[in-house]
Amino acid sequence: MANELVDPTQAGDMLTAEAVDVAPAMAIVEQMSPVTSGHIIPLLQQIQDAYGYLPRDVVLAVCERTGLPASRVFGVATFYAQFHLTPRGRHMVRCCRGTACHVKRGTNVSEAIERALGVGDGQTTDDLRFTFETVACLGTCFLAPVIMVNDDYYGEVVPSKISEILDQYE
Amino acid sequence: MGQSRLSGPTDLERFGADAQAAEKQYRARVLVCMTGCRSKGAAELAAAFREQIAAAGLASEVAVVDVGCHGQCALAPVVVVEPADFLYGGVKPEDVEEIIQTTLVGGKPIERLCQKVDGQPSTVFSDAPFYAGQARDVLAQCGRVDPQRIEDAVARGTYAAAAKALTEMTAEKVIEEVREAGLRGRGGAGFPTGVKWGLCRDTDGGDKYLICNADEGDPGAFMDRALLEGVPHQVIEGMIIAAFAIGAAKGFIYVRAEYPIAVEHMTLALNQARQCGLLGSDILGSGFDFDIELREGAGAFVCGEESALIASLEGHRGMPRPRPPFPVQSGYMGKPTTINNVETLANVPGIIAAGAGAYAAVGTDGSKGTKVFALAGKVRNTGLVEVPMGATLQEIVFDVGGGIGGDREFKAVQMGGPSGGCVPGEFLDLPLDYDSVKDIGAIMGSGGLVVMDERTCMVDVARFFLEFTQSESCGKCVPCRVGTRHMLDMLQRICDGEGQAEDLDELDSLAAEIKAGALCGLGQTAPNPVLTTLRYFRAEYDAHVTDHKCPAGVCKKLTTFVVETETCKACGRCVKVCPSGAITGGAKKVPAEIDQNKCITCGICRETCPFDAVATA
Repeated sequence: MANELVDPTQAGDMLTAEAVDVAPAMAIVEQMSPVTSGHIIPLLQQIQDAYGYLPRDVVLAVCERTGLPASRVFGVATFYAQFHLTPRGRHMVRCCRGTACHVKRGTNVSEAIERALGVGDGQTTDDLRFTFETVACLGTCFLAPVIMVNDDYYGEVVPSKISEILDQYE
Repeated sequence: MGQSRLSGPTDLERFGADAQAAEKQYRARVLVCMTGCRSKGAAELAAAFREQIAAAGLASEVAVVDVGCHGQCALAPVVVVEPADFLYGGVKPEDVEEIIQTTLVGGKPIERLCQKVDGQPSTVFSDAPFYAGQARDVLAQCGRVDPQRIEDAVARGTYAAAAKALTEMTAEKVIEEVREAGLRGRGGAGFPTGVKWGLCRDTDGGDKYLICNADEGDPGAFMDRALLEGVPHQVIEGMIIAAFAIGAAKGFIYVRAEYPIAVEHMTLALNQARQCGLLGSDILGSGFDFDIELREGAGAFVCGEESALIASLEGHRGMPRPRPPFPVQSGYMGKPTTINNVETLANVPGIIAAGAGAYAAVGTDGSKGTKVFALAGKVRNTGLVEVPMGATLQEIVFDVGGGIGGDREFKAVQMGGPSGGCVPGEFLDLPLDYDSVKDIGAIMGSGGLVVMDERTCMVDVARFFLEFTQSESCGKCVPCRVGTRHMLDMLQRICDGEGQAEDLDELDSLAAEIKAGALCGLGQTAPNPVLTTLRYFRAEYDAHVTDHKCPAGVCKKLTTFVVETETCKACGRCVKVCPSGAITGGAKKVPAEIDQNKCITCGICRETCPFDAVATA
């Protein structure tokens, strides 16, 4: 369900050549310990909070430390849309594709963002400035069509305003 | 917060009375929605109120309270001023000074900030047509209490029903009461809550678990979000009563990670309840132990399905499993587990407080109480509404919702999200309850109501929902994984003008097979949007496959936009908004003209034109 078509065993190497420090992840494991398979999702959530994504080597090191099978952990990491195996951009651009936004022509907005950034749904710009994704519903249907950049909402968005909005984020 | 443990119901009453007395020190309260309205600058607004009220020397008599959703999101940011209950919308920090002088000092409403009804300002909350047509029972405290303060909740009686259940009633009596009240699950399927509790209680198997399903994933639905954000203690109270009834010592709230404010408010509320001894061991001296753990989902729609949700809580990929056994028999960790939706649990305290009879007096024969709907789409008053079961779409969309913006023609209401269906105008007068909605091919669902007008293409809507369910299909069973893919491909072809008449029959039969064969609710209901649109809007499908036209002007490959030169006033608005620079003219009395080679048929020009001069060719 996570839309990233990557080989999980290779994913961490795609954009970061340097080794990633595993210490923060080990501290998380220590704090949650004893870690059982029931904790996999909260564990990955905390690791992703710390690193911004799930670096392959870090996840493998966590598997080794906890004894959780890597197959099981990567199975979970690749199932849920929230988890990312590659680095994310500095700014998150989320475009709502909920029903209310759709009937108010939200598709035009997501297409305009894709044109402006030159990336598709779930992708990150080469300079790591933006990651773009569509989300099922932001629950702010009264603002439709709506986009969010980081924690800022922009409601009743028209395609011609997209560049102006994105330009505010360096 | 320094509140110590409450040792029993008398302690709770005293705590509530103290909180009430503290609140009465203020002669007025300014209630600012700090949930949904945050997206329209409510935080800055509340800060301006606090600063300027202090500067005016009114801080000791006027309280500024951060509250949950008032419901009328279309007016965001919304402010209510008690005690007169003036309702102001679209309030800006610049308006604060005037509100202080005119309303807080002068006691008068400010008409320009009030919603206009037939040209007349509607000043008082309960008089606005939006509220007059509602029955706000479950949402009564939403927008009135500060969700971050347990004192506000207890002052208005929250936890009194839990105290009553734990100290004056047996578990069997609680179940009996809920069963008699006729409460049915608000998450979609409408299973009788009391029956579910009874089954769980009667199952042997050691530990039992209670799960609050707050994985509200339906696009266009935000009822549970409002309850979690606005009245978290009411949800916790419902969980305490439910846990007592089934005999669970541990509960979970599984909330969607896309709702950060809900997570924040609920985490705080859980800590406060623990400090007060309303969670933990020996709750209110009753000898009953119960605690709740909050778990965040990880972005999988299918986890709203109960067996997938349990798999996710156990740390697995969120895939459903065949039932039976049902969770009440074998759920979390193989133990008897009850899963209730947020709104269902929020209904429970009211039943215990007022009794089954009073609760069952509202609603229809088969569906009791009220239902909260999230009203969105092409309707004036988008927002959160609560109406008695049995209210009609006419009442909800036109009386409460204020009708369609731009006075276009009503076409349909999409009910129940991706599992629901599109209900056409002929059913506007149908009293809505679980059974009547099911009869017409939709489902009550969680309560998302998206209004559609003549400029909504029903084939495109069906395609949209299939795209959603297809991408959210977990892939475990073939009918859902492969079947929805085929349906989506066919719908895409139809929207692209490559469909054929036989595709429609093919869609129909494939839909029937998926409904019969899919493993879980996601797959079994995925064809509903297609089936209802085929049933009620067949002519629109025919136009796509035989004439290769999209009557609503939505499907891009089947639409050509032209400017009607005699209607065009050359105002230039369309030229400005066109994202592809396809429109020329539109100034100095020269009508606008669309260059078809550059036009991407996005339709923004048509939406923008105030004179309806852009038409489909």
